Amino acid sequence: MEPAGLNAFLLLGALMFVCGAVCMATKRNAIGVLMGVELVLNGANINFVAFSYFNPVFRIEGQVFALFVIVMAAAEAAIALAIVLNFYNNHSSVDVDTAEELKG
Amino acid sequence: MSLQPFLFYTVAALTGLSAIMVVVTQNIVRAAAWLLFSLAGTAGIYFLLGSDFIGATQLIVYVGGTLVLVVFGVMLTAQGPFVNLKTGAGEWAMSLIVGVALYTTLAVSTLVTAWPTSTEESRLRDERSSTNVALLGQALMGVKEATPQGMVPGVNNVVRVQMSYLLPFEIVSVHLLVVLIGAAYLARAKRRAHRLPGVTN
Repeated sequence: MEPAGLNAFLLLGALMFVCGAVCMATKRNAIGVLMGVELVLNGANINFVAFSYFNPVFRIEGQVFALFVIVMAAAEAAIALAIVLNFYNNHSSVDVDTAEELKG
Repeated sequence: MSLQPFLFYTVAALTGLSAIMVVVTQNIVRAAAWLLFSLAGTAGIYFLLGSDFIGATQLIVYVGGTLVLVVFGVMLTAQGPFVNLKTGAGEWAMSLIVGVALYTTLAVSTLVTAWPTSTEESRLRDERSSTNVALLGQALMGVKEATPQGMVPGVNNVVRVQMSYLLPFEIVSVHLLVVLIGAAYLARAKRRAHRLPGVTN
């Protein structure tokens, strides 16, 4: 059995990205949409770290960007949850289909 | 048979299947549980790729912090109809088509592209085995020599700017502080404006 190469990691990252995108599109619960965002960011992070391992030019860059993505994801989750809780307080619902006040 | 492919395919199967189950399951609490396995498996992938610090950060920040936040959000809003919000069959069919098409595009372009990877595997593995975390810390503290000068076929090695990441590190720190203050401001308890008819608390 050959060691898993760069392509295997990239395909895993692509799978997580697609899962996150489909999750964002199909979930009606706002927190489910948030989980899709987390999956997308993790798929991108796998690509960053895989390139940092298989390409020595990006050895530091890949890890630094992965760290920044993790911090950004934490910040985004905090803000998005605050918005969802605010929406729940005002509308007594977390169904994204009910957030249609800005519809033209 | 070496250990690396066995570990990779085990962890990758766990991560990928959990990610698919997050999408497929209709119960939001179960989706949170599957997301936990997916994020933990991603940390395992980082460990396999020799990025110890990223893996540890993933475990602490994501699994320990972000996911607990999401679970709290689920618990605060999981009342009656919101736990099992069903998605229509037409929407499922449409997103399945879009998802398969998107994955096919990504997979084909990944496999077709000749990625510039290193040719001297053994030398690099010795080089990056022990000094990874130290190099990362030095780069974040602004030491410019920490960035390695790798020579890789296919990448333009002529102009190679020495980078340090002290300023982005500071910006991210301040950004995190601002975001936490903003989140606390947004989420503070307020009176309920009005209730939608038909929803019992």
